[in-house]
Amino acid sequence: MSWHNTPIALMAKALAAKQVSSTELTQYFLDRIEAGKHWNAYLDVSAHLSLEQANKADQLISSGKARKLTGIPVAHKDVFVTRGWKSTAASKILAEYQSPFDATVVANLGIPSKENPSGAGMVCLGKTNMDEFAMGSSNENSAFGPVLNPWNAAHVAGGSSGGSAAAVAAGLAPIATGTDTGGSIRQPAAFCGLTGIKPTYGRVSRHGMIAYASSLDQAGPMGKTAEDCALLLSAMSSHDPRDSTSLADSGEDYGRYLNQAWQEGNSTANKPLAGLRVGLPKEFFAEGLSADVAKSVNEAAKTLENLGAKLVEVTLPKTKLSIPVYYVLAPAEASSNLSRFDGVRYGHRASEYKDLGDMYQKSRTEGFGAEVRRRILIGTYVLCHGYYDAYYLQAQKIRRIIAADFQAAFKDCDVILGPVAPDVAWRLGEKSKDPVQMYLEDIYTLSTNLAGLPAMSTPCGFNGNNLPIGMQLIGNYFSEARLLQVAHQYQQATDWHLRQASEVA
Amino acid sequence: MQWEVVIGLETHAQLQTNSKIFSGASTRFGAQPNTQACAVDLALPGVLPVLNRQAVEHAICFGLAVGAQISPASIFARKNYFYPDLPKGYQISQMEIPVVVGGQLEILVGDEVKFVQLTRAHMEEDAGKSVHEEGFIGPHGEASSGIDLNRAGTPLLEIVTEPVMRSAAEAVAYAKALHTLVVWLGVCDGNMQEGSFRCDANVSVRPLGQKEFGTRCEIKNLNSFRFLEEAIQYEVRRQIELIEDGGTVVQETRLYDPDRGETRSMRSKEDANDYRYFPDPDLLPVVIDDAWISAVRSKMPTLPAQLREQWQSEYGLSAYDTQLLTQDRDTARVFEDLLAIVGKPLAKAAANLIAGEFASALNRAGIATADAPLKAEHLAPLLTRVADGTISNKIAKDIFAILWEEVVAGKAISTVDEIIDAKGLKQISDSGALEAIIDQVLAANQKSVEEFRAGKEKAFNALVGQIMKASQGKANPGQVNELLRKKLS
Repeated sequence: MSWHNTPIALMAKALAAKQVSSTELTQYFLDRIEAGKHWNAYLDVSAHLSLEQANKADQLISSGKARKLTGIPVAHKDVFVTRGWKSTAASKILAEYQSPFDATVVANLGIPSKENPSGAGMVCLGKTNMDEFAMGSSNENSAFGPVLNPWNAAHVAGGSSGGSAAAVAAGLAPIATGTDTGGSIRQPAAFCGLTGIKPTYGRVSRHGMIAYASSLDQAGPMGKTAEDCALLLSAMSSHDPRDSTSLADSGEDYGRYLNQAWQEGNSTANKPLAGLRVGLPKEFFAEGLSADVAKSVNEAAKTLENLGAKLVEVTLPKTKLSIPVYYVLAPAEASSNLSRFDGVRYGHRASEYKDLGDMYQKSRTEGFGAEVRRRILIGTYVLCHGYYDAYYLQAQKIRRIIAADFQAAFKDCDVILGPVAPDVAWRLGEKSKDPVQMYLEDIYTLSTNLAGLPAMSTPCGFNGNNLPIGMQLIGNYFSEARLLQVAHQYQQATDWHLRQASEVA
Repeated sequence: MQWEVVIGLETHAQLQTNSKIFSGASTRFGAQPNTQACAVDLALPGVLPVLNRQAVEHAICFGLAVGAQISPASIFARKNYFYPDLPKGYQISQMEIPVVVGGQLEILVGDEVKFVQLTRAHMEEDAGKSVHEEGFIGPHGEASSGIDLNRAGTPLLEIVTEPVMRSAAEAVAYAKALHTLVVWLGVCDGNMQEGSFRCDANVSVRPLGQKEFGTRCEIKNLNSFRFLEEAIQYEVRRQIELIEDGGTVVQETRLYDPDRGETRSMRSKEDANDYRYFPDPDLLPVVIDDAWISAVRSKMPTLPAQLREQWQSEYGLSAYDTQLLTQDRDTARVFEDLLAIVGKPLAKAAANLIAGEFASALNRAGIATADAPLKAEHLAPLLTRVADGTISNKIAKDIFAILWEEVVAGKAISTVDEIIDAKGLKQISDSGALEAIIDQVLAANQKSVEEFRAGKEKAFNALVGQIMKASQGKANPGQVNELLRKKLS
């Protein structure tokens, strides 16, 4: 049985029917991880820890205490702290760091225990590679080497959740967690042919997520199908008293609309999306968008239309400004969030130094990579006395306008459709010389983080070189279940999400 | 040249809570280093702050007590700087919108009542402590400093005044009044040795009559009223001398060295950090609605200023007396208890007893008012027996001393009447008995009698003194006066 091609929705059924044990599944993926090391998708794997968890999961299953996802393996982005596995955020400064506690996401998904009685019972396969501290769009900023794209090893996997994306795309994990500060779930999902969703800010606890930009960071699932993402998101999200920005728990089943028509009472089988208004922001289809991506996304729009949706043009006039706004605010927060990595209490400390200042300087210079240092410098600069009003405050004002623009657009549509990125995965090294060029790749994803809106990526085609193309669906606050419904209906009508890279199949 | 002193104070009052302002770790003082520092206090990767509700209620309570505005949505900001005892590399504080805005505090300087205007009060977390002792060895064998993070995250309320004080005495009066208030409200334990209440003083001088302020220096971390006074006095002298010698005051932060009695430069304005304040994205605005304010208000005790005003107008007590009686809540409570027994007409006598013998006995014995072994019911008969003429004031003082001795010796406490009877302390008001004593004394002091007759009023008092002495203090002083006048006329 090729479990790596199996959505977790089916895996859950096989486990429940005792067709396979968690231990067997876990061993299967551990073997694939071992054989697939060249993708560099994982930073830390510990077979005995995973098998220990699988054993506990099997006991839960045999004693009838299993929950929906109990026994299914999952890979965690290394931005989530875990007991047992190292938690490095792909940075040298945390190279050997072991956390004394689990992130809420890890606990919510993990084996239930006394401190964590409501754990979903999933098995951790290990920690996936990423751009250092989630800063990057290609996973080339990892201190432990880039992740290769399973569709073409000469191309990037996207970032910052590139390890999670490659792990699922290469069949090294059935599903994975990611985080998205400016597109870090959606873009690697698009580059690797996966489905991924960044929920509304506050849906998923940030406790135990190593912070990059606190007001933008949000965790979400990356899997093969919208249904899988709905399953994982339902288990991930919860109100967390340890995160003041965590939303009240709605106890939502994000998969509740998957197999329903958009409009209640609509029984026209071939028009399940009748009544849905899909907004196409003209700014998302303007200059800068590659022809291949434009073609695929437009075809996807047609498909949705065929399913009964109505297409409307909308406008998000400040789209271009989302790049400078994001690259002021995110580095500002990052410069402060990363101050704790000072070599005093944990993490890397330079081996020789003259005095305290020298210790700080050397430890941080040695410990942080170039992109992280760049963003700390930018962030420090924009918060400085005399520049704060011109940069930080101004950016916050535009952030509000961007959020208001979305609300205006949602008067005319229910979801917004557009590309995830201007182009497909680029070649390794192609853009690493020019950070600004790399920043421009985030143009379609940043604004939703700035507004705090839910948005997802789902496969909608391939370019001429057989590299995956993703489309983006953006919804209003708290509309994750509706976004997943649209994506699921689209996936019932298409097979882009089921395609496998030839090297992986 | 005449100089005017300008002082503003910033006071850090530790808010009395069980746990820290953003974590669940205990705030108890004196634990082994780093045993009260949890993952949040250590700033481990992934931790987030969660605001302590009790700290906010204390801040609201203080704001109401000083008649300030309570901000409906105050904002926590990050103050960024690197220091080993600051684990996150930033302190969470409030910058643009503090929880408490404005307000004022009544102070008594000499006999004069003044008001000190407050700028603001904001919540923030304390840093940890660097321990510079020998014996700490770093990972590479080098001499190092220790870090104790038990204090890190302790909730503080920083209370800032306008630059309205004009002398060290005023500053001390303010600091004392503020200390009384925060302890009175129960928002701070006021323990200055443990650092629960410490002041920074901003001091400048200017030629009398000049409108613009002079350049100020900030003296940090003054943790006793005496140091506060000495530091300001020294700093004022230093600045005046400097200017009079043709120099200029440089804006800087200074430290007071109590051993040498001088302030020393710590860092200049040029060296000051750019703290890069910005709103903390991990915390929501602190939303305080009217219902919350009302709930806090309903739990607040009557304020010292309210009691002072009430006691002055209802009982005719002086500002000075009421100041003494409201030095802390327990003293005020004993006074109220006593008054409830003896009644309003004896208010002045009750005030004298509490602020006098009672307070000084406790003070000498180092006993807190709350733990006073003599209660209102023990003390009340002292006042009523004076009022009904059974004993004199002088005898009442003696009886208090007897009661106190019993307490100190751990004996059962007698009643005032028992002591009066046992020791025969009843006042002599029988005019026959008094006349006999007076006659004796007059006979023995002919010189004084002659002096009085020659117009020396003083001699009269001397004779009264002798008569009181002869009666072992038991003679009714009013009657003695009357009878003596008659006999000498």
